[in-house]
Amino acid sequence: MTVRSGEDASGVRRAAIGVLPFVVALLFASVLVLLVGENPIEAFRLIIQGSLGSADKLSDTVMVWVPLTLAAAGLVVTFAAGLWNIGVEGQIVLGAIGASLIAREVSAPPYILIPLTLLFGALFGIAWALLAGVLKTKGKVNEIFGGLGLDFVASGVTLYLIIGPWARPGIASTSGTEPFPTAAWLPALGDTRFSPLAVGLTIVLVVVVWMLLRGTRYGLKLKAVGRNPQSAFLMGIPTNRYILGAFAICGALSGLAGAIQATGFHHKLVPSISGGYGFLGILVVLLAGFRAIWIAPIAAFFAVIAVGSITLTLRLDVDSALGAVITGILVLFALMASGLRSYRRRKRSLELPPDPEESTSTPTPARGGAS
Amino acid sequence: MEATLSTIIAAAAPLMFASLGETISEKSGVINLSLEGSLMLSALAGFAVAFSTNNTLAGFAAAAVVGATFALIVAFSSITLGLNQVAVGFVLAILGVALASFLGGSYTGRPGGEVAVPPLNIPLLADIPFVGPVLFQHNIVVYASLLVVIVAWVFMFRTRPGLVLQGIGERPEATHSRGIKVNRLRYTYTIVGGALVGIGGAAFTLDAKLGWSFQHTRNFGWIALAIVIFGGWHPLRVAAGVLLFGFLQWLALDLQNVFPDLTQVLPIMPFVLMIFALVLVNADWLREWADRHPRWGNLIRGDAPSAIGTQFSAE
Repeated sequence: MTVRSGEDASGVRRAAIGVLPFVVALLFASVLVLLVGENPIEAFRLIIQGSLGSADKLSDTVMVWVPLTLAAAGLVVTFAAGLWNIGVEGQIVLGAIGASLIAREVSAPPYILIPLTLLFGALFGIAWALLAGVLKTKGKVNEIFGGLGLDFVASGVTLYLIIGPWARPGIASTSGTEPFPTAAWLPALGDTRFSPLAVGLTIVLVVVVWMLLRGTRYGLKLKAVGRNPQSAFLMGIPTNRYILGAFAICGALSGLAGAIQATGFHHKLVPSISGGYGFLGILVVLLAGFRAIWIAPIAAFFAVIAVGSITLTLRLDVDSALGAVITGILVLFALMASGLRSYRRRKRSLELPPDPEESTSTPTPARGGAS
Repeated sequence: MEATLSTIIAAAAPLMFASLGETISEKSGVINLSLEGSLMLSALAGFAVAFSTNNTLAGFAAAAVVGATFALIVAFSSITLGLNQVAVGFVLAILGVALASFLGGSYTGRPGGEVAVPPLNIPLLADIPFVGPVLFQHNIVVYASLLVVIVAWVFMFRTRPGLVLQGIGERPEATHSRGIKVNRLRYTYTIVGGALVGIGGAAFTLDAKLGWSFQHTRNFGWIALAIVIFGGWHPLRVAAGVLLFGFLQWLALDLQNVFPDLTQVLPIMPFVLMIFALVLVNADWLREWADRHPRWGNLIRGDAPSAIGTQFSAE
């Protein structure tokens, strides 16, 4: 059999379309850097150097990758159930609060204290996620707006704790609480923040999510609920229970992310404890096409950009928001490139009804979970 | 009392434009979820252009263009490319905030006195006791924000094109079968709505909260989206929602003197209350009550346009 040259060319074109969003994002960023009168090449070099250039930088990047990956893994589950879990930011925050509570109030040896902080982080995250879930299933509040409301509440609670009951003695400041006792710090390598425990836990949990959605009955039913809740319900799947289950899984993973932010990165509770990794996690999942297997590498790329662009502000007159611009443009163009592809396919086969597998037109985001 | 009401109405203008713009867009069936980003970036664009050209009107025009551009991207991605509206809107919301933060640095803290919208009392009407100070001693931006509400309401419910607008959001197939170009109109209304959102952004930086700082309009885009739902996609109720939110903000500010410990927390409360007002509007018992008392019920009942967020294809 000979390979038709047409197929070959379309393969090349497909690869080109896959790379194109990256090229566009970098070009766009270059123009912005030129606009503020700096050298784009130098800016990109600083981003790489600032994220991977030393053991310290590298470990910071890894410790950004950890919460980002955990949140994104949780979001894959809620997306599989057809949910836009915008409340993920608040779930991270509550995880950090839960861990801070244990770290501040319990004195125990590290081998008890550390698992306890992580456990409470996960539990607080689950509680907050279930609140959004109950608002949706019982209160019929769209999870986007219920989640947003709970995000606001979570940041309010954090501020209240930091300037109120957990204020540093003498100074009422929004810079954060007193650092935790070192027994509650996630054990790290040398002087860095690199925590093998956090990294190992993250890898295991991503694999668990991948397997859950790929090879279990639970995952299959979850995806059925996400695709079409009505018919899933008619087939005897308790839709609401699966929706709450998805929220709980995402809450546990994001709560853990928050706990690691508090005990492994900041070593205290700060107002912006979530680091925005919840919303960034949504971008990761969108770029991954809702597939668990792509989350870890994409989150790694995002972490490099996020940590590296902090250096930009210190060394060049370039705002560190450049990193967020790059990731935003990247996801936007990746989405539009995929839309363009299915648009052209639709044009080519007008007589055929749109393939439900490829259709992105459904109001629910679910397009299956695992790859 | 007069002063308080007047303050609330003046401060509500930006959110009024944004919420009404989103109402128009969603009424046609397109959710523009990018508001948090488009509002912030248009607020910056409005201030930056007005500041550098020394022309306030140019600022508003630039802001409208930014808002319309974001809306155009949402419309193109969803209507033409068939992408998920929520996904594209969310990415644009994040991107707009990032761009505003990146580009806005040099405008932070610049005084905007020269480009502020000048006050304008309406002759005769401004002298009416009570009503005058509350409604007619503002500036052109505030009057325009109130006018937009009335125009949108009359247009939607009292004109033929308004009926068509409801049609493309509720029953696109039926509207199409009457020879109306559904997708072209959805483009139009989404872009018009986006331009209004942009004007709302400029109304922040050139009027209500004069000047620019990072995250000047923080969270107001999200709250505008929530108010549209709270208002049941009805211009007058959306306007009432904006004023209610304004009242809660004023209350939060006032309560800071009473509870100094909560100074940091209180400003967040209106956002929380507004969003959880949605729970109430959706509650079963309230809906049943509304069904039993149709006259009052219609005031609180509000369902999304049936075809919101969906695609329409003529084939």
